[in-house]
Amino acid sequence: MKKIEAIIQPHKIEEVKEALKQIGIDGMTITEVRGHGRQKGHKEVYRGMEYQVDLLPKVKLELVVPSARANEVIKALSDAARSGKIGDGKIFVFDVAEAIRIRNDDRGEAAL
Amino acid sequence: MTKLSLLLLSLCTFAAAQPADLDKRLADLEKATKSAQSAGDNAWMLTSAALVLMMTGPGLALFYGGLVRTKNVLSTMMHSFVLMAVVSVLWAVVGYSIAFGEGNSFFGGLQYLFLHGVDADPNADYAPTIPQGTFMIYQLMFAIITPALISGAFAERMKFSGMLLFTVLWTLFVYFPMAHMVWGKNGFLGATWGKVSTFDFAGGTVVHITSGVSALVCALYLGKRKGFGTDPMRPHSLVLSTVGACLLWVGWFGFNAGSALAASSLATSAFVATHFATAAAALGWMLVEWIKNGKPSILGGISGAVAGLVAITPASGFVTPMPAMLIGLAAGVVCYFMVSVVKSKFGYDDALDAFGVHGIGGTVGAILTGVFATKEINDLRMGKPMGLIDGNPGQVINNLIGALIAWGLAIVGTWIILKICDAVTGVRADEQAEIEGLDLSMHGEEGYNFEA
Repeated sequence: MKKIEAIIQPHKIEEVKEALKQIGIDGMTITEVRGHGRQKGHKEVYRGMEYQVDLLPKVKLELVVPSARANEVIKALSDAARSGKIGDGKIFVFDVAEAIRIRNDDRGEAAL
Repeated sequence: MTKLSLLLLSLCTFAAAQPADLDKRLADLEKATKSAQSAGDNAWMLTSAALVLMMTGPGLALFYGGLVRTKNVLSTMMHSFVLMAVVSVLWAVVGYSIAFGEGNSFFGGLQYLFLHGVDADPNADYAPTIPQGTFMIYQLMFAIITPALISGAFAERMKFSGMLLFTVLWTLFVYFPMAHMVWGKNGFLGATWGKVSTFDFAGGTVVHITSGVSALVCALYLGKRKGFGTDPMRPHSLVLSTVGACLLWVGWFGFNAGSALAASSLATSAFVATHFATAAAALGWMLVEWIKNGKPSILGGISGAVAGLVAITPASGFVTPMPAMLIGLAAGVVCYFMVSVVKSKFGYDDALDAFGVHGIGGTVGAILTGVFATKEINDLRMGKPMGLIDGNPGQVINNLIGALIAWGLAIVGTWIILKICDAVTGVRADEQAEIEGLDLSMHGEEGYNFEA
């Protein structure tokens, strides 16, 4: 099993969800986060006082999929999230040791 | 034919009506006219009183509340709200008497203590067509908003007990005497009976200069907020601030047009002047900002609007619409530079720009009232010219004297009162309380409980 963690532009979340649904993935957890990589922040001015806002709003999306489907999911996700500009985000992939469904104690891929 | 019938008709009437009967009917008619005027004036003045209260809560509470950080939104709104209660009690007990009782030039008498004798009968010195009770409650709303305006300077760092003691003493020893000097019977700066006749229609000097200058003193005395200049201190919700500023704009019609103290054409003229000045000021601030920063902001727009409202306050019942627009435009531009350029040069932390907007806007307004006041709008001096352009250059000097007295009283009074409060309750929140946020540390609440 692989855990796919993607940090994407907030306005791309609906497109990504739709793309994942198309390939049969509809379980995921998302978090509103703030951060930045190469994308520089922006300047805000309040009554002449300037603030450099570096940490920009992003959405973090986490999902665990069977290892065999990982590349397919990553492709669908990154195609949907890509605008081609700096700030589109990143995807990290982890090995997952175990998955447990709390309701009935299913284990492994059966729990996904 | 017509002349003949008229003659016959008047003869008949004359013959029919007994002189005594005619007198009675005339007296009845006069009474009915008076009561109709009183009803109209009273309706407008009660409405105005409610409008002015609306300026403090919700208007100012929202305007200021949105400008602070999330952790201080409630304490900032509390600074406005609590004064609606505190100043009201103070007003009923002594305030009205000190401000509007007949006393000497600087301090009113004590004849209205506990609102003694303040009832349905008009007080002819102030407003001959409305009950004195209406005049009293209308003036109270001004006394409430004035100390609330100062809170913009000490927001996010003043101890609540200190704030309460400060505003009580300040209202007693700075606001009431200033109101008496300008508006009270025999007041030193009164437009009609004053030794130095100043024109302050709705409180540019009494309300805005005193509060704005006192705000600067508070900002200097309390020192900067912790993290000022290093931590981000962005307004947490310009949505709230915009709603608040728009409520201020609407409420200000009660403030300025209500200051005619009657539903008269003077009220109309003050209403009109107020509106156009505000529009011009909002555009003025936004335009300068657009040129300087490349973007016009809504915070700039609403700040400009408030600056315009402040500046037109003393002038509203004295000027025609075009000078009103000029006054607004001047205030928008001047206050922008005060707040954005001068403040950062000097480095004082007037958190929400109470001084930059009210102190400076009020002073600009006081001077320009002396310039643009005209007998065409307000014939206070019985046919003689009113302002500089009308042919009375001395009025600028008189208004300047009024403004300087307000500056002086505000600086000295506020400094002494802060010293007293510092000794009795303390004025500055301790460091931990400030870091935690005043909402939690002073009031045990939070503005936004999203998980609830």
